[in-house]
Parts: sequence; C-alpha cells; structure tokens
Amino acid sequence: MNFIPRQAGHVRPLAILAVTALLAACGGGQTPPAGQASPALPGQGAPAAETGGGADQINGAGATFPNPIYSKWFSEYTKSHPDVRINYQPIGSGGGIRQLIAQTVAFGATDGPMTDEQLKSAPGPIVHLPTVLGAVVPVYNLPEVTGDLKFSGPLLADIYLGKVKKWNDPAIAKENPGVKLPATDIAVAHRSDGSGTTYIFVDYLSKVSPEFKQKVGVATSVNWPVGVGGKGNEGVAGVVKQTPGSIGYVELIYALQNNIAFGAVKNQAGAYLKASLESVTAAAAASAASMPADFRVSITNAEGKDAYPISSYTWILLYQNAPDKAKSRKMVDFMRWAITDGEAFAKDLGYAPLPDSVVKLEQDALGKIQVQ
Amino acid sequence: MAPSLTGRRRAGWADPLFRAGTGAVAVLVIAIVVGILVVLVNDSMLSVRKFGLSFWATRTWDPVAGEFGALPFIWGTLYSAILALLIAMPVALGIAIFLSELCPRWLRQPLAFLTELLAAIPSIVYGLWGIFVLAPAVRTLEVHTPDVLRRTPFFSGPPLGVGMLSAALILAVMVIPFTATVAREILKAVPVSQREAAYALGATRWEAIRLAVHYGRVGIIGAIMLGFGRALGETMAVTMVIGNNPQVALSLFAPQHTMAAVIANEFTEAADALYLNALVEIGLVLFLITVVINGLSRVLIWRMGRVRSARFVARTVPLAA
Repeated sequence: MNFIPRQAGHVRPLAILAVTALLAACGGGQTPPAGQASPALPGQGAPAAETGGGADQINGAGATFPNPIYSKWFSEYTKSHPDVRINYQPIGSGGGIRQLIAQTVAFGATDGPMTDEQLKSAPGPIVHLPTVLGAVVPVYNLPEVTGDLKFSGPLLADIYLGKVKKWNDPAIAKENPGVKLPATDIAVAHRSDGSGTTYIFVDYLSKVSPEFKQKVGVATSVNWPVGVGGKGNEGVAGVVKQTPGSIGYVELIYALQNNIAFGAVKNQAGAYLKASLESVTAAAAASAASMPADFRVSITNAEGKDAYPISSYTWILLYQNAPDKAKSRKMVDFMRWAITDGEAFAKDLGYAPLPDSVVKLEQDALGKIQVQ
Repeated sequence: MAPSLTGRRRAGWADPLFRAGTGAVAVLVIAIVVGILVVLVNDSMLSVRKFGLSFWATRTWDPVAGEFGALPFIWGTLYSAILALLIAMPVALGIAIFLSELCPRWLRQPLAFLTELLAAIPSIVYGLWGIFVLAPAVRTLEVHTPDVLRRTPFFSGPPLGVGMLSAALILAVMVIPFTATVAREILKAVPVSQREAAYALGATRWEAIRLAVHYGRVGIIGAIMLGFGRALGETMAVTMVIGNNPQVALSLFAPQHTMAAVIANEFTEAADALYLNALVEIGLVLFLITVVINGLSRVLIWRMGRVRSARFVARTVPLAA
C-alpha cells in the first residue's frame, strides 16, 4: 500500500521524539522501582501494608458461590482482628483446588468435595471444613401455568436426558394433577461454564436416576445429552426468561435475589418442597448423624420429610500440616469464629447456616490442624 | 536525551539507535508468538499424546469420562465466523464506500465517529444485549420462519433464540466497525488522480467508485481478514448467545459452541490434568487455525498484488470505453 503519501519532511523529528519517548519510558520503569513501589501499593492493599505488612496477608481462592458471605466474613473478622488480612479470589472451585495443590494459596474453597485422586496429588493431607449451605432450584417458563409446578427427581433426570420432551407428558402430569399443561416442547437449559451449581444438580440427578448416572455422571462440567448452555446463573436465567416452554436450574440465592419463580421438588420422604433456608438446613441436619470424619459428604436426596433434596455444603480447604504455622493458627482461629459467630450473617445473605451438630464436629477437626 | 530535543545537530547515533529500538520491539512480537506456541504445546502434551490427531475429528466432549474431541468447537468457530463475515462484508463495504465516496461532507465525521465508537463497546455489553434483546428478536424471527424453509437443514430445530444465527449476527455487528473503518482508510488513500483520470475518460460515478475499490482491493481484503480474525477469537459475546452445545449442525437455529467459548467456560473449574490439557489443546488448535487462515490471506494478497498491474490496465480500458 504505497499509495499513502509520504510526508518526508516530518519523519526525522518524529523519529527522534519516538526514541526519546522510548528511552524515557524505559528509564521510568527501571531505575526507581524501590521508590515507586511503595506509593503504588496503597491503591490495592493499603490496609495490609500498613498494619501487618504484605507478608501477613492470607490468600485464598476458590468457589464463586460462597463469595458474598466469605467477603462479609473476612471484612467483619478484620474489624475485630486487625492483624488478620484475608484475601479471597473467587476463581471457581476447580481453580481453588488447583492453586491449593500447587500451594500458591493458604486455603481453597470448593462447592464439590475433592476427589480421592485430587487429595492424593496434594503434597500433604487436606481438611474439608463445611462453612454454609446452598441449594439449587428448577426454574421454568410456562406462561399458561399459574402456580408452582412440582417435580420429582427421576422426572428432572428424564427431562435432562431428553426422554421427556413435551410439557404435557404423562410423567409431568402425574406429579401435577389438575394442572393444565401445554403440548409444547421442553427447551432444556443448563450451565455452560464449569460450576458447583451443576455439580450439586447432577449429583442429585445421578442419585435418583441410575440411567443419568451412567450416561452423564457427576462433575462441574458434564456432557449434556440435550439442551442449551447458558453462561453463569444469569445466562441460564436469561434463556429461561426469554424462552416460553423452557426449564433450567439456578442457585437458590440467585432465584431469591432476582425474584424468579421456581418449582417444588419431591424429597425422599415423598413431600414436595420448595427450597428455603429452613428446608436446606433440615437436609443438613438429617445427614449430620452420618457425617463422615473428613466432612466430604453429599447431602443431596437427604432423608427427612422437611429436607429439600438438592442441597449442598460448601467447603473451605486447609492443609492439616501447612509449612506456615502462624498462618495456620490465624486461619483456624478465623474458622472457629466463622462457624459460630459468623453463621449469624448467613441468613441475611441467603445461605443456610450449619446445623449445631456439624459445628461441634468441625470444632474437633479444627483442633487437629497443626498450628505450631 | 535532552540535547536531541533542543539541539539542531544531526546526531549520528540517532538512526542506529532508532533502528535497534524498533527492531527490538519487532523481535519481541516474534518472541511472544513463539512463547505462546511453546506453552500451548507443553501444557497440552497429555491430551496430544492420548488422543493424537483424532482430537481434531472427535465429536465427544465428556469431562466426566475423560473423552475429548475438538470437532464441534472447530466447526462452530469457523461456521459462526464465516457466517458473520458474509453478513458483515456487504454492510461494512457499503459503509466504507458511502463514507469515502458519496457521503455529504457534514455527515462524514459524525458517521465515521459513530462507526468507530461501535468498536469500543466491550464484548460483555454486546453479550448481555445479545441475551436480552437480540436472542428474543431472533426467536420471534425463528417462530415466524415459513415451514418450507424450516424443512431445510439450514433452519431445522426448535426456535430457541440462542444459537448459531444469534451468534453470527452479534459477531457481524462486532466485526463491521473494524472492517468498515480500515476499508474507508484504504479508499481514502486511493489517489485523487485515479478518480480524476476515470472521470476524464467519461466514466460515470459508479464506474469511478468501482475503479477506486478495485485499486484498493488488496487493502480491502486485508480489512476483511482483520474482521475475520476478530470473529474467530471473539469469546464473551458469542458464548452468551450461541447456546454452548457442542454439536456439528448445519442449522442456524441449533445451539452450537466455539473454541474460545469452551475455554472461557470450562477452564476455571477444570481440576483434572487431562481435562486441563485438552482445554489447552483447544487453544493450540485455535492458534494453528488462525495461523493457517492468516497465511492463506497473505498468499491471496500477495498473488493479487503480483497480477494487479497487468490486469488493472486490461480491466480499466473497457471500463472507461
């Protein structure tokens, strides 16, 4: 493209200007790093730098789902313990597990318990510490239907397997006697991004449907036989909102905050329940008696007539014997506070607090973490 | 530094220094590209060893079973980008020609400014607009598509709104400002003498414009390829409207998936080594495809440049006659 007119007269001054600019830029970046670093810091981590120094900051990473309450906890805890600074990056459960194994963070957080393989690949034993509970709810868009629809676990599994294709299918009608269901196609929506929400949902479907377990299985991302993937809760909710005849699943908190109507799900005892803080806590309480020592428990499809079946704990992950004992002590102290006083913040933010029996078990487990 | 700014002396070291400086920056580009390639290959070894070339042709993407294939993502990426290009090309060229040749002077600057403004909108904003405005509109369109068309493989499937058509449309909107702006600059750079010569030979306005477009066609192809590259790599806006279902489908109504979208969607939660490696290999595949497409467009431009002078004379004669 040499038809662009050359402006030969201007080239040299421009070149000199460019070189000086380049030199100036290099000089600015290289010579005074020590002088520049300290005034540059306050923008990001001023409090940490002032009180305890950057080295004392405890870094963690993991699940996005509990991020609102963790942020609340960390800021509240720092008010009473100014020497403790906790920095949490909600990068996703998988990312949190990866970083914890790589020891680039002091603690991880996850919505699905670590697998045995993941635990083996870590440099030392890792402790799962339940913090709060959440739930996943089915949302749908049927303008013809007023009132809440009822679902059973196997029915949800068959819809997500693509076996139940129409809203007036006898399987749906059976759960909803008296409701006039349209003869439209079911448009299935699921999460496209890897997500703890998906993990909880497919964990439940796999428990109630052997076929779902065999064909799809349990993970944060799965190979869905049918449907449209929406990115994030807002993506799924967006598809459901815009598409008459659609069904999707979102976190209870998301549905509550955005006033999205959701359906009731039949639990093991045969009762149709809508997710609520009470029914989620009931699911936790029902399974507390059989809590395994390592807290890696799935409470989907829990027993008890008040238990909402698509509920789950979310966990903070700590090394049993971390190299930095001072940080371990601070984290253990923090966890003791979080599962007792901290639980008071849960309800306002839409999370179900831990049952008392689990708090007791967890305090014993915290006592076993080596802090010196 | 200061003397070179104020002094009038021609500094003998300025030219070599400038050459070394710009050269270093240019080499940096090569280093970055090679670095990306090395990291991509290194971090995808597990998957490359396990699946080999079949990775390119396998349709299954099952993180639970540990079976990974890139075909639906390759298909979705190329299909959406090509469709976007087909939609965007006439519009972008129309904008460029209008702005450079036909537009009244008072309208030129505002229009050019608005076109460039479109390029500055963050893709997440396009994506949210896609979910809440474009996808419902596309769904309405799909619902009212005549049955004759819906029996063809291009328009089959239930009307969902999200899917290939929405993705192609949103990509087209995002690509248009890039292609239009660059093409306009190319047309502006066509020497006035070319147009004057055409008019002098009795050419109509239409013929003069054809001549200008023909003169700048190498640059215009470059502008189109720039848009294509942008469409191939676009992630956020696409993933929000394409439906994210890895399948190889001709239907514009079907939800599909792209390479950039699957990486953005699944990378954060992938904790398993093979899964992570497979995702990185998707990145490698995208990298290689981009290199091949850029190479092909270079060849195309190079060949056009070589034959230009000869054919140009041959074609302008009957045009002006």
